[in-house]
Amino acid sequence: MTAQADIGFHARRHARWHAGEIAFWLLALACAFAFPSRYLIMTEIVRLGLFALSIDLILGYAGIVSLGHAAFFGIGAYSAGLLALHGIINEPLLALIVAGLGAAVLGFATSFLVIRGVDLTRLMVTLGIALLLEALAERYSDITGGTDGLQGIEMQPILGLFAFDMFGRTGFFYSLAALFLLFLLARRVVHSPFGLSLRAIKNNPLRAAAIGIPVHKRLIAIYTLAAFYAGIAGALFTQTTALASLDVFAFERSADLLLVLIIGGTGYLYGGLIGAVVFRMLQELFSIITPQYWQFWIGLVLVVIVMVGRGRLHRWVLWAPNWLIARLGGRKAAVAVPETEGP
Amino acid sequence: MTAVLTNLFDGIAYGMLLFVLACGLAVTLGLMNFVNLAHGAFAMTGGYVCAVLVNQFGWPFFAALPLAFISSAVVGIVLERLLYRHLYTRSHLDQVLFSIGLVFMSVAAVDYITGSQRVFIKLPSMLEGQFDVLGVGVGRYRLLIVVICGLLTATLQLVLARTRFGSRLRAAVDDPRAASGLGINVPQVFAFTFAFGCGLAGLGGALSAEILGLDPYFPLKFMIYFLIVVTVGGSSSITGPFLASLLLGIGDVAGKYYVPKMGPFVIYTLMIVILIWRPNGLFGRTAMR
Amino acid sequence: MAAALETIGLEKHFGGLRVTRELSLKIARGARHALIGPNGAGKTTVINLLTGVLRPNGGRILLEGHEITNLPVHKRVLRGLSRTFQINQLYADLTPVETIGLAVSERLGRGGDWWRAMGSRDEVNAEIAETLSRFHLLDVMNEPTATLPYGKQRLLEIAVAIAARPRVLLLDEPAAGVPESERHDILAVVAALPRDVTVLLIEHDMDLVFSFADRISVLVNGALLTEGPPEQVAKDPQVKAVYLGEATNA
Repeated sequence: MTAQADIGFHARRHARWHAGEIAFWLLALACAFAFPSRYLIMTEIVRLGLFALSIDLILGYAGIVSLGHAAFFGIGAYSAGLLALHGIINEPLLALIVAGLGAAVLGFATSFLVIRGVDLTRLMVTLGIALLLEALAERYSDITGGTDGLQGIEMQPILGLFAFDMFGRTGFFYSLAALFLLFLLARRVVHSPFGLSLRAIKNNPLRAAAIGIPVHKRLIAIYTLAAFYAGIAGALFTQTTALASLDVFAFERSADLLLVLIIGGTGYLYGGLIGAVVFRMLQELFSIITPQYWQFWIGLVLVVIVMVGRGRLHRWVLWAPNWLIARLGGRKAAVAVPETEGP
Repeated sequence: MTAVLTNLFDGIAYGMLLFVLACGLAVTLGLMNFVNLAHGAFAMTGGYVCAVLVNQFGWPFFAALPLAFISSAVVGIVLERLLYRHLYTRSHLDQVLFSIGLVFMSVAAVDYITGSQRVFIKLPSMLEGQFDVLGVGVGRYRLLIVVICGLLTATLQLVLARTRFGSRLRAAVDDPRAASGLGINVPQVFAFTFAFGCGLAGLGGALSAEILGLDPYFPLKFMIYFLIVVTVGGSSSITGPFLASLLLGIGDVAGKYYVPKMGPFVIYTLMIVILIWRPNGLFGRTAMR
Repeated sequence: MAAALETIGLEKHFGGLRVTRELSLKIARGARHALIGPNGAGKTTVINLLTGVLRPNGGRILLEGHEITNLPVHKRVLRGLSRTFQINQLYADLTPVETIGLAVSERLGRGGDWWRAMGSRDEVNAEIAETLSRFHLLDVMNEPTATLPYGKQRLLEIAVAIAARPRVLLLDEPAAGVPESERHDILAVVAALPRDVTVLLIEHDMDLVFSFADRISVLVNGALLTEGPPEQVAKDPQVKAVYLGEATNA
């Protein structure tokens, strides 16, 4: 091998598909056939996973902390709902893309406010934008349906072929397909020079600029892309549940989202997906213990995760699989260890 | 005209209340740079302690107020020693996650114990109603709030500016390492300040039950208001947050009265504009250190 | 021919403090120029002004005759002005392949590629390979930067700056903190920098300055004290008074 080809081989080390990843997706597909009575909850998990993937792009890769990511979810949800309700775009797939683009436009417009400033300013501005949209949606309740939400959304068959059924089967496969495609895109993006430059910016923005990276431009781009993803997640919510109400913008949605991503780990794309599964199962478990007060336990999980330390927790969880792999394969651990703790 | 003045007075009372509620956060977030989204939970603690004492044990309102302060301060110091102090040096993301977790826990816990309905604290009859000053209606209770909060603010300003503790706190915040070199017990100063801030929030929570409403969602509903007071006010002195509180109070009351449908919209927009325009706050230092 | 890098009457104030005063420097093309000065002379501020981290309150900066005073940091890099950092500012969890790959991609205009994986363009790979081998980094190219020995990290620091193919390179104390055993490698690399790259060395270590520089500027309190060839600067009584006197104490 020439040195040049060798470099290409090493540089693409992370970009190649690993056996574990293929297994992950096969497992996801297998679930679809193994639990035919659980389509609704599995759809929820898929949607939450996509939403978490979206915030991983900005938080895990570019280091932007947001408390208002629900803004884009909400825009996507209402766009899809209004498009269907008023029969503007009846074809769900096209409406999904349009809703995502709507969120992306908002993401692009607000990115200029978010990329400047320190963490605290970003927190306040992202939170403020989400609250602002919630207030607007409440103000213009003649359009949004206010606290009751949009009523009477009827979804047409996808591509005119697949009708949404009452068991949620179509909705699930539709959501899973959207997640998979968007995941593939995200996967390409993060392993490209563009994606790598985001990690450089997260590490040290000053240094990133000093090797020629246009920091602001890159942050605007990824923030817009993440908004698109969140918009798609929101649109999927409306399309698969035929609902859209004010709580799509709620602070709790943004906060839960952070927890989902943190459970799974940031900065390796699968964190949001794994986190979504774990989060939803925890939620179910807590609802069984104390039906109305499951939020208490969610809060406790957050506190415990932070007190123990995110990095340490993930090392503990990954210890067993890594040990197994090292034993069986006789090579270095292949399970990705998510980013270490920040300073 | 009189309506304008009444609104102005109500706004000032509301603003001063916000200041007492949020000034503890001005220290933790503004000076110590700890993103504590759970500040409202301490206010809620004080409010509920006061409500239980007055409504269920028949304590006089004025006797219950100090207890509201003490209970929140005690909860504050326990949590500071057990949890918060380990997170001072951690990333903002960790602080955000941790304090959101506390908020969720407090909301669910209070909901579990008392139910989710709004709680009213029985006020002594002397505080009810209003009297006329030159034709302007002045609520007795609001007047009381203005007096209490005004006294507190003045005391606070004096303590910070004139006392040994004040100078120790400023030294500890400016440069913890140098301060401990000077023999200042920095962790102790932080813990005491944190607890005192929580106590004030608790007192504010008790006083605000009548005006802001007290229910388990209090920490979530008013989180953004506390954050606005601190970030818009800036952290270089307590005058900044105080002025920001007054502006926010007057603006919010006026907004609800004159443009009831656009109220929160105006406030959030202003907040974003101000933060973009002056990231260190309206009354903060112009340049970063 | 215009100088490689020139400042004209550069001024920087922090509040009431004048940290850079009417600084006019001229770095000739291909020069090995050193900027020295006692602690607090304002060397770091000068670097920040030159690279665009800080904006001056007055004066101009020219790169090969072109005005760059108001360009943002990354645009100056693409114009051919690159720097190394004094303390370690490398990307802790990126490997040398990735770090160099980023710099090369940006220079070749491939930094915005979002569809093709890093490592899928031959022209980029060729340059990464060449840079890594020139700076003796091939053996550690897949290790996360944080785990590299300190000397290797310093080499990577210089390699990243060189990967941007600068015409003017600012070296900020390249050998600071490097253990004696690894020092030789760094000095050899610095000495072997191609002659067509103009180098401005900001340094504390007098041995390195006098062995490397063909011209020296002395900065004191933000202003230029004197400038000349090494022998002349070494003999200058003013310089001895403010600088060399201090250096022997240090």
